[in-house]
Parts: sequence; C-alpha cells; structure tokens
Amino acid sequence: MTEGTAAALSPETVMRQMKDNGVTDIVWLPDSETNWLYLLMKSDPDLRLIGITREGHGCSIAAGLFAGGRKPMLLIQNTGMLESGDSIRGWLMGLNVPIVLMVGYRGYTRHGVITDTVAHYTERFLMAFDIPFYLVENDGDADRISLAFKDAERTQQPVVVLVGDEFHGFNR
Amino acid sequence: MMHTADLIKAFAAHRGDAIVISGRGGRHWVNHSDGVLDLPLGDPAMGGHAGFGLGLALAQPGKKVVLFDSEGDILMSMGQLPTIAEQAPANFYHFILDNEVYATTGGQPVPNAKNVDYAGIAKSSGYPRAMNYADIDAFTRDLPGILAAPGPVFVSCKVFPEVENTPIGQRVRWRTRSAAKVVHDLRGALKV
Repeated sequence: MTEGTAAALSPETVMRQMKDNGVTDIVWLPDSETNWLYLLMKSDPDLRLIGITREGHGCSIAAGLFAGGRKPMLLIQNTGMLESGDSIRGWLMGLNVPIVLMVGYRGYTRHGVITDTVAHYTERFLMAFDIPFYLVENDGDADRISLAFKDAERTQQPVVVLVGDEFHGFNR
Repeated sequence: MMHTADLIKAFAAHRGDAIVISGRGGRHWVNHSDGVLDLPLGDPAMGGHAGFGLGLALAQPGKKVVLFDSEGDILMSMGQLPTIAEQAPANFYHFILDNEVYATTGGQPVPNAKNVDYAGIAKSSGYPRAMNYADIDAFTRDLPGILAAPGPVFVSCKVFPEVENTPIGQRVRWRTRSAAKVVHDLRGALKV
C-alpha cells in the first residue's frame, strides 16, 4: 500500500457507513471522485440509485422520499451544492428533512492554500445557511459520517459531510 | 383553454385514495379536500414539485401520487423529466397546468409561451405516456382512462391564467398548514 492509498477514503468505507445508518436511496450526480463508489452502490440490490441532472433537483426528490418513509442520502459536489442553495433551504430545511449530504470538497487542500474558488466559498456557504458539517479526509475519519446521521436525526435538519480528498477520494 | 377550477373538479370525482400534491392547483383543490393525503406545499423552491412527487411515488409504490405542476416549474427544472422517466414510477400521475404566464408575479409570459410542446418534451424524455389537452370535455372524457392505466404519465393542460397583482402580503391565505406540517401529517397517516 502506498502512502497515497493509505490516506484515502475508500469506497468500501463509505458504503459501510451508508448501510450502518440505514440509507435506502442515493440521490446523486457523479463527480470526478465517485466512480468506484458508484460501481459498489450499483451492485447492491438493496440500494436504489436515483441519478439527477442538476444538484438542486436532488433536494425535492429526497424530500419526497423522506415524506414517504425512505431514508435517502444526497451525494453531490460542492459546486452543485452552491447552485442548490434555494432548494436546500426550501425542500430540505423548510420541510424538516433529516438528511446527510455527502459533498465532494473540490479544491480543498490541507495546507490551506486554495486556488479553486469553490473551495474558498464552500464552508462559508454552509455557515451562512447554518448547516452543520463534518470534514472527512480518510478512512480514519469515517465515524464522522455516522455522527452526521445522528445530528440529522436529532435536529430533523440536513447535515453535510465534506469529503476533503479530491485526488483519491472514493478511488482505488 | 380550460378553467383550472373545472379541471380540478373533474379530477376530484376520480381521486379515490390517491395522495394529491396540489401544487399550482392548490387554491382550487382545497375546496374539495384538505386532509392528510392532500399536500398543499406552497412553493418551497420553484421547480421542485416534480422531484417531490417522484420521491414520494417511489417511496409509496402502493399508492397513486397525483401532482398538479406548472409549465413555469417544468421550464425551471426540465432536467427532472429524464430522471422521472428513468425511475418510471407506475403510480405517478403528473399533470401540468400550462397558463403560459408567471401568474403570481403579474402575468408575464414564460419564454416562448405559445410554442412549447410540453407533452412532446416529456415523451422525448422517456415518459411512456404524455398528452396535451386544451378542452375540458375531452379532458373529462379521458381522465378515467388516464388514471386507470399505469404511470408515469404526463398530462399537459392549457388553462386560463389567474393573474394576481395584489401585493403578496395582502393576498388571501388559503393554506391552513405549513409545508413542514403537511409532510409531518402525511408521515403520520402513512405510519412511517
């Protein structure tokens, strides 16, 4: 195992967190890190994948799933999260939907020198919306995903998991 | 063109035990029914009703889910149509009230208002059934068959605009529950 893979967040770990927390449906739009996770999710007969064409659409779909008794999760990138602001407000926060949004943190760097503006605005966006968030960088942080689910359940509001592992996150 | 009130009245006779997301027909539907299976959500974020209907239909495959959407919402989130068609919930009945304008903001026309074939777009997106209606008699005649066959079905209806120019703060409020309460009540009724 190389140093790079040792530091990665593996798709198996993410899947295990989804299953442990009872997720039934993944509403998602692919980003550059999610292909291996997609293959894992696709092979699970108990998990429904709902592909969307714009991230904001996922909010109302997830709200409808929740209203009908399912436990959805949103899997999107931070670029799309920014675009989805009004849908997050209206369909998730406004309807008291306890959901975890797993958000690829494009542009994140541990050393803090950010060159991609979407990374600059990601945490500021979440703070402006008063949405709690956890940062997950590798398998050792996986328990934070379960904490996010617990927070969502306790508050009946959306909680975000930022996946700060752009270059090998969800990959092998 | 049809009057929305007439269209809603025609539907009410065939509602059965369907869950009804009254959407842009809400102010008329509330005169027929306002129980726990009626979902007057208001406008949580424009363009999202179709997604909500899809999610609910997938979650409750044993119940019909009927949505009264609008052309303005469809134009805002047209990309939802392929997602709905791909998931293909057989219990989803997607009606569009096409008044060709943004009625609640004073009646400004939607882009290319008179020339968009919404049923054609839905059909091209993969809906197995999609049709247009502009005549209440034809709509009333066909409605039982539309609701008896499996979905997803897309029914675009030309309706007269009901333009509002009263400032929003002075308009009569017809909704009796918040959107969050509506969802809470539904979950209670479904025991989920």
